[in-house]
Amino acid sequence: MKKFTRWFSKNLIRIYAVMGFTYLFIPILYTFVFSFNDYVRSNLVWRGFTFNNWTDPCAPLDICPALGNSIKIGLMATFGATILGTLIAFALARYAFRGRGLVNTLIFLPMATPELVLGASLLTMFLNLGFNPGFWTIVIAHIMFCISFVVVTVKARIASLDPRLEQAAMDLYANEAETFRRVTLPLVAPGIAGGALLAFSLSFDDFIITNFNSGTTITFPLYVYTHAERGLPAQANVIGVSMFLLALIVVLAGQFVGRKRKVSA
Amino acid sequence: MVAIARKSTGLNPLDSLRQKVAMPYLLLLPGMLWLLVFFLAPILTLVSTSTKVPGMGIGEFVQQYRWANYWDAITAMQTQFIRTFVYAIIATLLALAISYPLAYAIAFKSGRWKNVLLVLVVAPFFCSFILRTIAWRQILAQDGLVFKTLHSLHLISADTRLTSSAFAVVTGLAYNFLPFMTLPLYASLERIDPRTMEASGDLYANGLTTFRKVTLPLSMPGVVAGTLLTFIPAAGDFVNAQILGNPSTTMIGNVINAQYLQTTNYPLAATLSFILMIAILAIVLVYIRKSGTDELV
Repeated sequence: MKKFTRWFSKNLIRIYAVMGFTYLFIPILYTFVFSFNDYVRSNLVWRGFTFNNWTDPCAPLDICPALGNSIKIGLMATFGATILGTLIAFALARYAFRGRGLVNTLIFLPMATPELVLGASLLTMFLNLGFNPGFWTIVIAHIMFCISFVVVTVKARIASLDPRLEQAAMDLYANEAETFRRVTLPLVAPGIAGGALLAFSLSFDDFIITNFNSGTTITFPLYVYTHAERGLPAQANVIGVSMFLLALIVVLAGQFVGRKRKVSA
Repeated sequence: MVAIARKSTGLNPLDSLRQKVAMPYLLLLPGMLWLLVFFLAPILTLVSTSTKVPGMGIGEFVQQYRWANYWDAITAMQTQFIRTFVYAIIATLLALAISYPLAYAIAFKSGRWKNVLLVLVVAPFFCSFILRTIAWRQILAQDGLVFKTLHSLHLISADTRLTSSAFAVVTGLAYNFLPFMTLPLYASLERIDPRTMEASGDLYANGLTTFRKVTLPLSMPGVVAGTLLTFIPAAGDFVNAQILGNPSTTMIGNVINAQYLQTTNYPLAATLSFILMIAILAIVLVYIRKSGTDELV
């Protein structure tokens, strides 16, 4: 008993961490299990095991077009926000200029404003201007709320760079453009990739801002929300779990490559 | 450095200097324009809509600069506002209590599994937010896992309801924004030099004292960032209250959402949105000031 008490107090933090991970993963596990449910109309009660939902994920009407929209919007928003955000990050990290406080405030405010207010205010403006909300208003909105997150991620990476590396390149007669292209950019690239990944995941999973500015366009989160009451098909679970697994593979593969590169360098 | 640059670009010194001054503004221009047009202008539209009053036609509103709209909105929705902030604060504290040991274990106790565990914290994020919330509802349901376990342990009676309750809403909020708490906590814990903790031990501090006097103060930037990143979306959320709650757990987000998309009372919706935004900003600024971490802004 005494042995157990000592083991317990020594590993308390680990036990607690395991409990934390359990809390995080119970809903994922539930979603995974119910993706194999042989459901009828709504996927709430367990009715038996089947692979049908996985072999035919596009069976329910509208679900795959909704997923397609989410991916298209996610890629466009990521592209736009990553470029705009990276430029701002370089300006903030590398230059002294007047109005820095104002710029910092304008970057900080969208992150401190609830999504509901961002979405609602944008819709108010679109309606006042006589714009019909739809696919492009979603893209515009997503770029807007992703910029700040890209700026923060990329800026942190630039700030952590060793300035001596760039000085060394200059000492070796590289001009500014060459130094930027061959030294600075490759070093900042992981930060930009991180920012892009963050932007894509925020855009892909966004519901609140999209819900306001979607018009008749349906994205995957909107599909799930509108079908939640009428009965959600198990194919939604299939897509959710697939995205989860895909993200896991991409990030783990990225880390593996990163580690290899570090070892060989 | 400058000399080399000038030689290779072939610009005269003055041009080069002018370019240097203009450069940051050129870099800032596209992004800042985007934020001005699609963030700041909409917020100003929101403020201008908030003082309008119903006009003659249905769904028509005219500008009367009726600032009393704010007072009316606050008095009418007082309970929902208070409930929103109480739920958001409890959910944030719950997320902190769950995340701190988790982040601590990943930073100091995970060895070579560190990166994998870190990915596992973020990964649930990719399985749609709404799907996870629906999963919570099913897990907490009468025939779900949690209810049966608690019931068989005689911790709850058969007629207790876990779903459609404040409990479900708060745990849902804490669950959904957990990675926002864990990541900044991990980042600040990871930066702590382990030698500071060893030094504390060498000076005869026990584990608890070391934590209280060394680890916790050094991880404060992470605590501040994490609590903010959890509190802000939690206070503005309506999805958890919608899926996991009942009419008596309505948060201000639900009211705003309904006023916009169902009742289409745009002035009231705008007024409530702006009050929410200002209230959250005020809390955030006071909190940052009090905790003395200005590096966030």
